[in-house]
Amino acid sequence: MADVKVNGKPAVKRRRSAFRIGEGLSRRAYVGIAGTVFAAFVLLWWASTASGLIKPIFLPGPDAVWVKMVALAADGTLWVDAGASLYRMMVGFLLASAMAIPVGVLIGCFRPWEAAIEPFVDFVRYMPVVAFVPLTILWAGTSDIQKFVIIWIGTFFQQVLMVMDNVKRVPPDFVGLGRTLGLSEFKILTRIVLPSSLPGIWDTLRISLGWAWTWLVLAELVAATSGLGYRITVSQRYFQTQTIIGYILFLGILGLITDQSMKALERVLFRYAARR
Amino acid sequence: MAAPKLSITGLEKWFPSKSGPVQVLADINVELADNEFVSLVGASGCGKSTLLSIVAGLQDFDDGVVLIDGAPITGPGLDRGVVFQSYTLLPWLTAIENVEFALKAAGKSAGECRDIAREHIELVKLTRFADAYPAQLSGGMKQRVAIARALSYRPKMLLMDEPFGALDALTRHQMQELLTRIWEEHRLTVLFVTHDVEEAVYLSDRILAMSLHPGRISASFHVGLARPRTQDVISTADFIALQKDVLKAIRAGSQQAEELEA
Ligand SMILES: Nc1ncnc2c1ncn2[C@@H]1O[C@H](COP(=O)(O)OP(=O)(O)OP(=O)(O)O)[C@@H](O)[C@H]1O
Ligand SMILES: [Mg+2]
Repeated sequence: MADVKVNGKPAVKRRRSAFRIGEGLSRRAYVGIAGTVFAAFVLLWWASTASGLIKPIFLPGPDAVWVKMVALAADGTLWVDAGASLYRMMVGFLLASAMAIPVGVLIGCFRPWEAAIEPFVDFVRYMPVVAFVPLTILWAGTSDIQKFVIIWIGTFFQQVLMVMDNVKRVPPDFVGLGRTLGLSEFKILTRIVLPSSLPGIWDTLRISLGWAWTWLVLAELVAATSGLGYRITVSQRYFQTQTIIGYILFLGILGLITDQSMKALERVLFRYAARR
Repeated sequence: MAAPKLSITGLEKWFPSKSGPVQVLADINVELADNEFVSLVGASGCGKSTLLSIVAGLQDFDDGVVLIDGAPITGPGLDRGVVFQSYTLLPWLTAIENVEFALKAAGKSAGECRDIAREHIELVKLTRFADAYPAQLSGGMKQRVAIARALSYRPKMLLMDEPFGALDALTRHQMQELLTRIWEEHRLTVLFVTHDVEEAVYLSDRILAMSLHPGRISASFHVGLARPRTQDVISTADFIALQKDVLKAIRAGSQQAEELEA
């Protein structure tokens, strides 16, 4: 930046405030701030329990939760529970995504398909997923299939509408370009519309992955014989608040890891979108 | 006289609106000779882009005849290269890959694609940025790649919609010279939309001025300035006089519309 001279004297170089809209932030500062928030959260938790403000039966301290979780990890319980849940979540989520992407692309491209599907999906989307839990138990018992169905109901309909939006955001001139190059409708779809909407679709998947976790745990809380949600219900029966809190935090960490790794992958997959 | 490259007769175009159909183009009659460079000028909203995209085959029209080489157009095609008003480089492809994309669509073999694309990237002086992604290019660079792409498969007609509209004056002048050079080398027929009268006079053999509501061709100007032209021509008396005439025609066209509305 060139120095601006005022009355012959170089003006003071001002450092731009980090609180200007759209201003950047260094990676170190970002991680530092995020880390501080986590540390503050743990500290507050520790202070409110260690001081006796909150009874351990309602909220055990971080130390107690940590000891319990280490024990559960050591005897394998945690990993068996996590494995069962991860498997169900992945199957349900992949099933929903594999169906939502083609349908979303279809209704994003072709108005008659949109007319056929969009209003109906909108209608189903507002039905409470929770209300389907008893129904799905009636249909599929407490098996894994019932978990897949709940995750599917909870994510598919949302995904379809979001993918449709992603596709609609493809600039119309991109499609015009394909036409002037004499490409068939199918080739315009596969070579222009799909790659163009892929970053948006990836974002949709990342966001809906969080919902898939939520619906899975809900399903496991109500009726299951294994999994993270199941363990939480069982622990409640025996007043093992440490396990409940520990598992809730563990779910949060799992979510954080999956979300951050999808973001990292996004930066690799769609490297072209970055300026320099 | 040779048959015209493009011939438009009695073209009409309506758009639906809340208060019934609105006429955007009325009784358009235009002929472009082979190798002719024709600019279309007029106030914003007069229908320039609409007319261009009809010629490109991207939009339907309601009445009239549009012939290319004497044959009615049936849709878009590789015989007409289009440079859009907005940036249309595909962001997931590098500059050179964007050109190759068009060549592949035109049915060239992979080897040919590479060579021709490289040649055209050189033509628009972007060799250093051949492997850069669009996000890393400036606006002017993006439009240069778009021009390279539109030229690469050798369309006989080039349709350009305010390709330099978003550029600063300096870059705009560089691009105009580049375009003139390319046009002189490749002997293309060009239909060029702009609302910059100076640009139109500098580039064209003929200028068509459009009036507003509905869009009609209200005046046609023959540009007699000798070629090859350089930027110096802009300050000559002939140039300035013609520029004034064209501006007057555009003003008259939009004033008439205002009076009608009042
Ligand atoms: N798809 C559409 N539906 C309805 N009206 C349209 C549509 N496209 C264009 N119009 C109308 O047609 C008229 C001409 O539009 P057009 O884009 O051709 O103008 P233009 O001369 O290119 O303007 P500009 O110089 O601002 O680009 C405008 O009044 C516009 O509102
Ligand atoms: Mg326009």
